[in-house]
Amino acid sequence: MTNSIPFLRTTIGKKMLVGLSGLGFAFFLLTHMAGNLLLLVGPEAYNEYSYKLTSTKLIYLAEAGLVLMFALHVFLTIQLTAANRAARKTPYERGAGGPKRTSFVAKTLILSGLVLLVFTILHLITFKYGTVYTVTYGTTEMRDLYTLVVEKFREPGYVAWYVFAMLILGAHLSHGVSASLQSLGLTTVRNCTAKKIGWAFAALVTIGFIIQPLYLFFSGGAS
Amino acid sequence: MSETLNLKLKVWRQKNARDEGKLVDYTLEGVSTHASFLEMLDVLNEKLIKQGDEPVAFDHDCREGICGSCGVMINGAAHGAQLGTATCQLHMRHFKDGDTIVVEPFRARAFPVVKDLMVNRTAFDRIIAAGGFISVNTGSAPEANNLPVGRETAEAAFDSAACIGCGACVAACKNASAMLFVGAKVSHLAHLPQGQPERFRRVTAMVAQMDSEKFGSCTNTGACEAACPKEIKLTNIAQLNRELLRASLCR
Repeated sequence: MTNSIPFLRTTIGKKMLVGLSGLGFAFFLLTHMAGNLLLLVGPEAYNEYSYKLTSTKLIYLAEAGLVLMFALHVFLTIQLTAANRAARKTPYERGAGGPKRTSFVAKTLILSGLVLLVFTILHLITFKYGTVYTVTYGTTEMRDLYTLVVEKFREPGYVAWYVFAMLILGAHLSHGVSASLQSLGLTTVRNCTAKKIGWAFAALVTIGFIIQPLYLFFSGGAS
Repeated sequence: MSETLNLKLKVWRQKNARDEGKLVDYTLEGVSTHASFLEMLDVLNEKLIKQGDEPVAFDHDCREGICGSCGVMINGAAHGAQLGTATCQLHMRHFKDGDTIVVEPFRARAFPVVKDLMVNRTAFDRIIAAGGFISVNTGSAPEANNLPVGRETAEAAFDSAACIGCGACVAACKNASAMLFVGAKVSHLAHLPQGQPERFRRVTAMVAQMDSEKFGSCTNTGACEAACPKEIKLTNIAQLNRELLRASLCR
């Protein structure tokens, strides 16, 4: 008779769920970033896109999925971090320097995650549940999200915080994506491919997101 | 380069598992650059014994970098700053005259300090006892050519088998995780035909034991790989993850 723990209750099973939910969210971020690039095209393109996206019933399913993934990711990482902290009671007098030092970003994923948690909540309050302007294209009246976005992205303080949060997101993704691939056991003989994928993905999403507020801030946006 | 060094040492002294312990300052003069780190500690201990003080307790055995007995944190790095080196194979020529060296035990809740720099690593033994073995009939040695193993496979298995179980991976990990150790042991046997009959049972039992020993989980920082004196790769952890998933799906 051998000892065993149900898969999802092992630390490895939990890490796989963290990885899967993280990758799921990373994929959402890619689509979110790509869709929002329509901000650079103009108000009509952006508002039509936003309207189409939110007027289908499927949006509720997608939102439920996102909330579930987000909650799972946050809950499990907090639980695992608490166990990890407890695994060493006496801290070291000194940390490793030189070739055995590990990346600051990799060690502080829980902190960058915390910033992103705060950002996400504020982000939903600002935009999803923010001021509702309306606009009519042809005969369809729809929410004028473009005006709200431009209004926010004209405030230097807001743009600074947004860009800061996106840099934190980049840091989180730069380790998180490759770490998720590793947790899911998808890395083999050399793990540099996963690292490269992670870095490229983080750079793509971060740059895509940062361009938007900077473009609207410096151009003032179309009105 | 001078042939001898004068060093300032800050060494963790702890009477027993219940004692709180603290870093104690020592100065050591005329240490040969040809000495190993453990020989430097031997010199310190001779000095302490002559003074009538208690010598510093530390684990060691072969002093050839293959037994896995030794290991301390040297200036915050498991086995010191040299890559792919166990504490016994770290030589004093890597230090400079006048250096301050902080020497601490490998720290983890699962590795309680026994005395000074000695820690109890029997948690590793219990993980091995849970499944890190193959069941064979003893007696005459089997014919080696009965079980052909491809060269690539043999090399991959041997790369994992190089783990000496010193615990540097746990010591270096910010989460005190034993994933690299368990990964190496599971990967080693998973590659070989002899490891197949117990493959799934092995990984589930070893992971269950690892988790019950209260090691932390892996956050993929790579500190273990950097600390490992045998340069065990992080891919062993990915393989461990795959093995556990397969075992859970296929049982």
